[in-house]
Amino acid sequence: MIAIIQYNAGNIRSVQNAISRLGYKSIITDNPEEIKKADKVIFPGVGEASSAMNYLKERKLDEVILSLKQPVLGICLGLQLLCKSSEEGSTTCLGVFNTQTKQFPPKDKVPHIGWNNFSELKVSPLLAGINLTDDVYYVHGYYAEPCNETVATCNYIKEFSSVMQKDNFYAMQFHPERSASVGEQLLKNFLTL
Amino acid sequence: MLKKRIIPCLDIKNGRTVKGVNFVDIKDAGDPVELAKQYVVQGADELVFLDITATLENRKTLVKLVETIAKEINIPFTVGGGISSVEDALALIKAGADKVSVNSSAVKNSQLIVDLKERFGSQFVVVAIDTKNIDGNWKVFTKGGTFETNLETVAWAKEVEKLGAGEILLTSMNSDGTKNGFDLGVTRAVSTNVNIPVIASGGAGSVEHFEEVFTQTEASAGLAASIFHFGEIPIPQLKTALKENNIPVR
Repeated sequence: MIAIIQYNAGNIRSVQNAISRLGYKSIITDNPEEIKKADKVIFPGVGEASSAMNYLKERKLDEVILSLKQPVLGICLGLQLLCKSSEEGSTTCLGVFNTQTKQFPPKDKVPHIGWNNFSELKVSPLLAGINLTDDVYYVHGYYAEPCNETVATCNYIKEFSSVMQKDNFYAMQFHPERSASVGEQLLKNFLTL
Repeated sequence: MLKKRIIPCLDIKNGRTVKGVNFVDIKDAGDPVELAKQYVVQGADELVFLDITATLENRKTLVKLVETIAKEINIPFTVGGGISSVEDALALIKAGADKVSVNSSAVKNSQLIVDLKERFGSQFVVVAIDTKNIDGNWKVFTKGGTFETNLETVAWAKEVEKLGAGEILLTSMNSDGTKNGFDLGVTRAVSTNVNIPVIASGGAGSVEHFEEVFTQTEASAGLAASIFHFGEIPIPQLKTALKENNIPVR
């Protein structure tokens, strides 16, 4: 069973729909026990960083997430919350990835909305079958600075972390559930880890 | 590099697509889900569904339809038409819509944009602006283009950006349906005056029209309905032509 961590707002159903199209069962939950016993955990996250962190803390889900040993996939804000901190609402985050999340400077249209390719890809099981020219769908106004745990980068205004990985924690800044066949490949890579 | 987006728009009435279509390999052209799936195969970057009836009983039909679309397609989609409260938006977002688009209701009550942004984040909020040139001035129209407001288009666009819109869907009523091309003037004026993405709409009739709007304005996306529905410009062909002209597309 795949657990998708429940949030206060937004479109989590599309993650569940995408997984179900790949033939996997999942539950949307904020119950710590259900999350802990899942084979894999998806941490989607949409909305604003500080209110999302507060939501997690109120339910002690921050501790639950950090205690997980099974593969965990952060998506979009999920990636940002796995970093040390976010400029959005001056938020202290979970600190799995040794980097911070910053706001895009207004040198081009912000948010970064639309399809963009990768500028660098490292070897990672999560990136099997993925090429530099593959486009994925982004919607974000904040970005994680590249660090040692960055396994793929994208360039928009700046070079930023597109995919990250540390131990059992994986994360994508884009939305694999909305990234057509490339997104399906990425989700499949995670689900078959 | 960030790609320019090609977005087909589907008008929905009582859960069915309104404008005629002539896709060859589609079983039921009135079925929005079938059409949407076809567009995904063709390489559309995003879809917009516009509920043109938007009455109370039709809302439920729409929410059901959005649920089905969300299950079936793997690209982002926006739903618009008759959204006048956070609750309306919530029902659609819960059903699986990636974004909602507001138009008349945002003009009537601009606090709605703030409320939507605070509840869901800017990325969920598309503000649609219908505009028409009146004696040399671009004015905002509401109620399906039937009502002229006092708002000046560029000023309103800047205002909605400030209030928290994540994107602007700009339709030129002068160009809409003409197939003479996007209105480059107003698209340029709006897209250079705001720092959020602008989707150009109204008037697309040829591949060149998309080239123009992407090279001569700051538009991030081009939206069209009938030329795609009737297969006049197949999306794969459009994208190949744009690529040949060095316009970044997926």
